[in-house]
Amino acid sequence: MTPVQQTYPAVPAAPAGVPAARGRALTKVYGRGDTRVTALDAVDVEFRRGEFTAIMGPSGSGKSTLMHCMAGLDSLTSGQAWIGDAELSALDDTGLTRLRRDRVGFVFQAFNLLPTLTALENITLPMDIAGRAPDRAWLDEVVDAVGLRPRLGHRPTELSGGQQQRVACARALAGRPEVVFADEPTGNLDSRSGGSVLSFLRSSVREMGQTVVMVTHDPVAAAYADRVLFLADGRIVDEMTSPTAERVLDRMKAFDSAGRVVEVG
Amino acid sequence: MRRATLRSLLAHKLRLALSAVAIVLGVAFVAGTMIFTDTLDRTFTALFQSTASDVGVTAEAGFDAGVDGTAGTRPVPAELAQRIRGVEGVAAAEGYVQAEGVYLLTADGQVLDTGGAPGIGASWITDPELSLGELTEGRAPERAGEVALDSGSAAEAGYTVGDRVTLLTPGPRVDATVVGVFTFGEDGGLAGASLTAFDLATAQDLTGAGDGYTGIQVLAADDVTDAELRDRVAAVVGDGYDVQTAQQQADEQSAALEEGLSFITVLLTAFAVIALFVGSFIILNTFSMLVAQRSRELALLRALGASRGQVTRSVLVEAAVLGVVGATLGLAGGFGIATGLRALFGTFGLTLDGDLVLSAGTVVWSYAVGVVVTLLAAWVPARRAARTPPVAAMREDHVAVERSLRRRTVVGAVLAAGAAVTLVGSAVAEDGGNAPALVGVGALALVLAAVALSPVAARPFARALGALLPRLAGTAGRLARDNAQRNPRRTAATASALMVGLTLVTGFGVLGASANASVDALVDDALRADYVVSTAVGQPFTPEVADRLRGLDEVAAVLQERFTQVQLDGQAVFAAAVDAATLDRGLTLEYLSGSSDGLAGRGVLVDETTAEARGWEVGDTVEAVSAGGQRAQLTVGGVYAANQAVGSVVVSLETDAALGGPALDRYVHVVLAEGTDAAAGRAAIESVVESYPVVSLKDRDEFAGEQKGQVDQVLLLINALLVLSVVIAVLGIVNTLAMSVLERTREIGLLRAVGMTRRQLRRTVRLEAVLISVYGSVLGLGLGLVLGVSLTRALAEQGITELVVPGGRLVGFLVLGALIGVVAAAWPARRAARMQVLDAIATA
Ligand SMILES: Nc1ncnc2c1ncn2[C@@H]1O[C@H](COP(=O)(O)OP(=O)(O)O)[C@@H](O)[C@H]1O
Ligand SMILES: [Mg+2]
Repeated sequence: MTPVQQTYPAVPAAPAGVPAARGRALTKVYGRGDTRVTALDAVDVEFRRGEFTAIMGPSGSGKSTLMHCMAGLDSLTSGQAWIGDAELSALDDTGLTRLRRDRVGFVFQAFNLLPTLTALENITLPMDIAGRAPDRAWLDEVVDAVGLRPRLGHRPTELSGGQQQRVACARALAGRPEVVFADEPTGNLDSRSGGSVLSFLRSSVREMGQTVVMVTHDPVAAAYADRVLFLADGRIVDEMTSPTAERVLDRMKAFDSAGRVVEVG
Repeated sequence: MRRATLRSLLAHKLRLALSAVAIVLGVAFVAGTMIFTDTLDRTFTALFQSTASDVGVTAEAGFDAGVDGTAGTRPVPAELAQRIRGVEGVAAAEGYVQAEGVYLLTADGQVLDTGGAPGIGASWITDPELSLGELTEGRAPERAGEVALDSGSAAEAGYTVGDRVTLLTPGPRVDATVVGVFTFGEDGGLAGASLTAFDLATAQDLTGAGDGYTGIQVLAADDVTDAELRDRVAAVVGDGYDVQTAQQQADEQSAALEEGLSFITVLLTAFAVIALFVGSFIILNTFSMLVAQRSRELALLRALGASRGQVTRSVLVEAAVLGVVGATLGLAGGFGIATGLRALFGTFGLTLDGDLVLSAGTVVWSYAVGVVVTLLAAWVPARRAARTPPVAAMREDHVAVERSLRRRTVVGAVLAAGAAVTLVGSAVAEDGGNAPALVGVGALALVLAAVALSPVAARPFARALGALLPRLAGTAGRLARDNAQRNPRRTAATASALMVGLTLVTGFGVLGASANASVDALVDDALRADYVVSTAVGQPFTPEVADRLRGLDEVAAVLQERFTQVQLDGQAVFAAAVDAATLDRGLTLEYLSGSSDGLAGRGVLVDETTAEARGWEVGDTVEAVSAGGQRAQLTVGGVYAANQAVGSVVVSLETDAALGGPALDRYVHVVLAEGTDAAAGRAAIESVVESYPVVSLKDRDEFAGEQKGQVDQVLLLINALLVLSVVIAVLGIVNTLAMSVLERTREIGLLRAVGMTRRQLRRTVRLEAVLISVYGSVLGLGLGLVLGVSLTRALAEQGITELVVPGGRLVGFLVLGALIGVVAAAWPARRAARMQVLDAIATA
């Protein structure tokens, strides 16, 4: 099979068919001796293009660690992670920085925006850092989708928490990354603000073809996703497609008791 | 509560260290300056004030001539000592002779370098109770051909007892054998001066005192007080003599000393004030950042039930502890700085002997700066933090309340107006004598105004200059600009240390360039002779030189020039004494009326300003009184345009001698005979000058160069002091930046997470530093220009007639300012770049 010579847009760069991100035997161990914690225990995972994945699990189960390792923010103890066709362990600090800048989007639970920059400047920050002009049409589409056009000139302190998180989402998407990682993006928001952030993330997947991976505690939030991965003690213990809030809740309860049984046994 | 405070302090070790460093720096700067000033003061005081006698008798001065040695004094007749010995209550009385202009030659025939300090010759006081010198080797000089040397000079020249030495004196050269070495005064310190002791008869010969004395020292018997003895002695010696107790002499001399050293004292005091300023700024800056950063933590304590008072108090206790520790370390650091300064002054020949002086004042100020300033720096933000409602502070990104800059604007504007009035006043002042003081006051007001206003101007400046940055450096540039604008108070406070330093460097740069240009103008306009013979610093030397030069065929004219202090119609002036016959061949005077002929008899020439101020015209008679009390009626014989070479009053050598002026030249101007080959002429003069190592021969350019060299040396000294303030300023910038970086940990984490490379991050920090330091430099240059121009104008009467702004050097300072930013940013930038992304994000 001879690959057809094709021109891809600058970002994303990986050939179609390759998953947006994947990990093999991801293992992360913190500390040593008595304080040794295995945060990730040989996790195999794949995030397909155009899919909205939620990651759930009890506190301390390794959700954030998984995201950080997948996104090149943290190094693995063993195993391999790819963003598109780029293998992360092959990259040095500058390579990882470029990768994050050009091919990954981030939304953190809090403190997503630089206080000195306006909302618009925050949205275009990664492109500005790269010295690249944003794709205007795409930027307009993203800005309209988050519904922040009238607030673009405001500084973060002049925005509500929900608005700030939507600016962060817009920033994550503005560079058309291969994958957006969001770590409890609605963790600090009331349900109404949270809902608007989640709707936006879902529509970015459904309508704009983006790939989103989101960590959450909240079954209602997870229900916005196409697929839910359940993590416990650093392992993926279950997966659910087309989730609803009730089904997720049920599953969580089941794990909770199962987990307790395992611990006791 | 206390435990919470302690824990939080320890948890932020780096912040704590940085704050402590700020206090140490600030205090070290203040303490170092004060220790050094005290040491300098002590050394000079010891030099001039040391006296072992209880009562001293000298000839009464015609008027107070200060410490300057230009005025001649009358000798005290020897029989007076005899009469004093007869006074009841006198245990001992001994006459002594003392004069300047006695120099020791080293083994290779060079004058032993005293770094500008005087070479003193004196008679050895034989009564050990009256003698200040204490022999450490050998014995006292007893006859002609024997001398004793002060231990410092002996060591420097490598002489010991038994060596043959040659001495230059105001009279002939003297060859002698070293018979003793002695230490002088309590500390053995002479501040670089050399002291050679002769037997009384030889000293009287050498100094031309005849069989008289410079003074008589009297020792009181045990049962009589100094004051009683003084009154008894005064009754015996009668009019025409000053009889003073040791205390009176010390007081009078220290008053004279203060006047004589006012330049150095003013400079060092100004420097200590700057030190106080810069030090306080660094502490204020750092500590208020430290507390501001912890405001969330303090709010948590409030939420958990701590009262406002408790929160404020806990911060203050912490500040006090840190202040005491920092001040103590700073005091130790001050010793280091003072040691460095002493070494620096040593390289200029100003040797300070003995231990460094730690006065109570230094300790008090060090702790005042360290503790009080720290408390103040902590109190303001602590109170603000305590007032913040806990909920507001706990919220994720609570809005920092921006305080209004209105009060600063008003205060700054008032100060600026005051500065303007004072400076303009100094420029138009009728009495030129007050002008430098007015400039000083104006400069202080100006700097204070700038400090008050600089936060107001910081934002517009950062915006204007920063407008270039995004274009030059992209996002890094824009973030740097935004960060510099973010907290104008901090930006201004960080920049102000540099500002103060550069203000002075620039001001003195203008003054120095102007002084050098004035030397050129002086040489061009006033010197007419081909050569000048003089010592390097205008010290007196024997008139033999002029006599022998006059005898050369190659020389057409020789003009001797001396300086003296004399009172004319009740007002003291500096006067030049010259050869009337050759005045017009050696110097150019522009006569407005009369001519050099007017010097004949008891004539006097005065410059235009003096003539106008006193209302003198050619033909008027003026009453002259010398410092030695001799009187003469002088006739004004001419009025000339202002002339830096001779000053405001000129008399003939004969008149000077009649007024008791010593027969010592300061400058000898030499005119070559017509048709003499320049090289041959020079060689001939050189052959004479060679045998007087204390003087040297200079053509016009060399003379100008030598004069400028002195200006440059003073400037170098001042700049060396100021470099220290700049160094401290740089460390202050480092400190503030490092704190800023810590404060922005989460922002930095975010930037790194969304793709900013380490290089870009470093560049951001660096650009911010450059912006701040350029801001300080621009302010400093501006203020320095105003200061320098005002000072130069104010010193016009002291001979700085030209005004030159050294443009190239000022541009250099600006570039230096930018470089300082780059250097200061190096470490904070590296720290920022090294931060682990995840740690940074996790930091709440
Ligand atoms: N920097 C670290 N050092 C040591 N242990 C860590 C570190 N970060 C996370 N852990 C541990 O790894 C495990 C997984 O953490 P994390 O991924 O943050 O869990 P989650 O996000 O699911 O709550 C936890 O037991 C946590 O204590
Ligand atoms: Mg987590």
